[in-house]
Amino acid sequence: MSKLRNLEDAVAAIPDGAVLMIGGFMGAGTPHRLMNELVRQGKKGLTVIANDTARPNVGIGKLIDAKLVARLVTSHIGTNPETQRQMIAGETQVELVPQGTLAERIRSGGFGLGGVLTPTGVGTTVEEGKQTIEIDGKTYLVEKPLKADFALINAKRADYYGNVDYALTARNFNPLMAMAAETVIVEAADIVPVGVIPPDVVVTPNVLVDYLIATENRHG
Amino acid sequence: MDEKTLIAKRVALELQDGFLVNLGIGLPTMVAAYLPNNMNVFFQSENGIIGMAALPEQGFALGDLTDAGGAFIGALPGACAFDSATSFGLIRGGHLDVTVLGGLQVDQSGQLANWMVPGKMVPGMGGAMDLVSGAKRVIVAMQHTAKGKSKIVQKCTLPLTSVRRVDLIVTDLAVLQPSDEGLILKETAPGVSIDQVKAATDCELIIPANVPEMQITE
Repeated sequence: MSKLRNLEDAVAAIPDGAVLMIGGFMGAGTPHRLMNELVRQGKKGLTVIANDTARPNVGIGKLIDAKLVARLVTSHIGTNPETQRQMIAGETQVELVPQGTLAERIRSGGFGLGGVLTPTGVGTTVEEGKQTIEIDGKTYLVEKPLKADFALINAKRADYYGNVDYALTARNFNPLMAMAAETVIVEAADIVPVGVIPPDVVVTPNVLVDYLIATENRHG
Repeated sequence: MDEKTLIAKRVALELQDGFLVNLGIGLPTMVAAYLPNNMNVFFQSENGIIGMAALPEQGFALGDLTDAGGAFIGALPGACAFDSATSFGLIRGGHLDVTVLGGLQVDQSGQLANWMVPGKMVPGMGGAMDLVSGAKRVIVAMQHTAKGKSKIVQKCTLPLTSVRRVDLIVTDLAVLQPSDEGLILKETAPGVSIDQVKAATDCELIIPANVPEMQITE
């Protein structure tokens, strides 16, 4: 069965209150059409797991501007004053996670692990409320896995089966998130015939991908 | 020469041929412009690239090739791109030779605070905690004082970035090296006396018999 969906139908499948992982780093590698459509459909009470919220009116920042996000798990909000305002005003609940820890919590969620042990954050406020374990004389924090209902992925290319590759720094969290969600929605810049992406180049295997967002008219 | 340029030129001397280096946003980024001649250093940007370079011309901007601040960059021959888990595996796993970071406070024990001011500024730690925990060498590049107050203090009052002791502190007044005994004054900036450094510092310094003037790259 084809994984192809039009943008509107794919986003309609996301209920209010859903937990979303969204790829991207300061907007690079964020699925921008999906962001716009989430705003247009006015989804409410979302939990967003993402590296950052970019800037106002950019990438994930659009979801913040539209007040769609009730809870945010992220590493950095310094570039988005509106996210900071909502956090301080208590409108959006924000959990700040060291960037490498965020990547590993998502990875462990997708890889079937019970979490990771990391030295990052030991002895800082990040340690509060967490278990520590000593291994060979070194202290580690126990960081729990993260999973999501939906992963919204930006790709360079997908083939008709849903094999995916990525472009340069737009890769970032995308392949990790594609492992860690119940339903994986891929917005690719191009959708190409099967075989165009050589097997050695595929980063996200097709079995992980549920929906491919249909590209728009390519003849201007 | 302005103070930030002086700091960047001094930090550049700490890099060596073949090093993998991560530069923080702001002042640390300036270091890349002052590498000694013929030195080949690989710059990592934690959003997933080794071999980043300045964008050669505005018209070459590519949305899929950016630095950790989201600015458009170029890439050198031999550059490689990877996901965020690999990027932080490089950082945390001891593969990164040097990280250069800004600071809000560094204390007598060499601990760094650079990610939040409670109640005022809550940007989040981004990659800073992983960088300080995992890099082989951590260099703090910052102004010695802010609004007339020393950023070198007896004990950090701001939340720590890591309990790890940083390796070197380069300011517009001095080069300081943390040790078991405290902060050692290694160099003073051109035209700055030892007494001036002491007066601008909110903790005891260890002053060796010979404190040379800071050298910088051309």
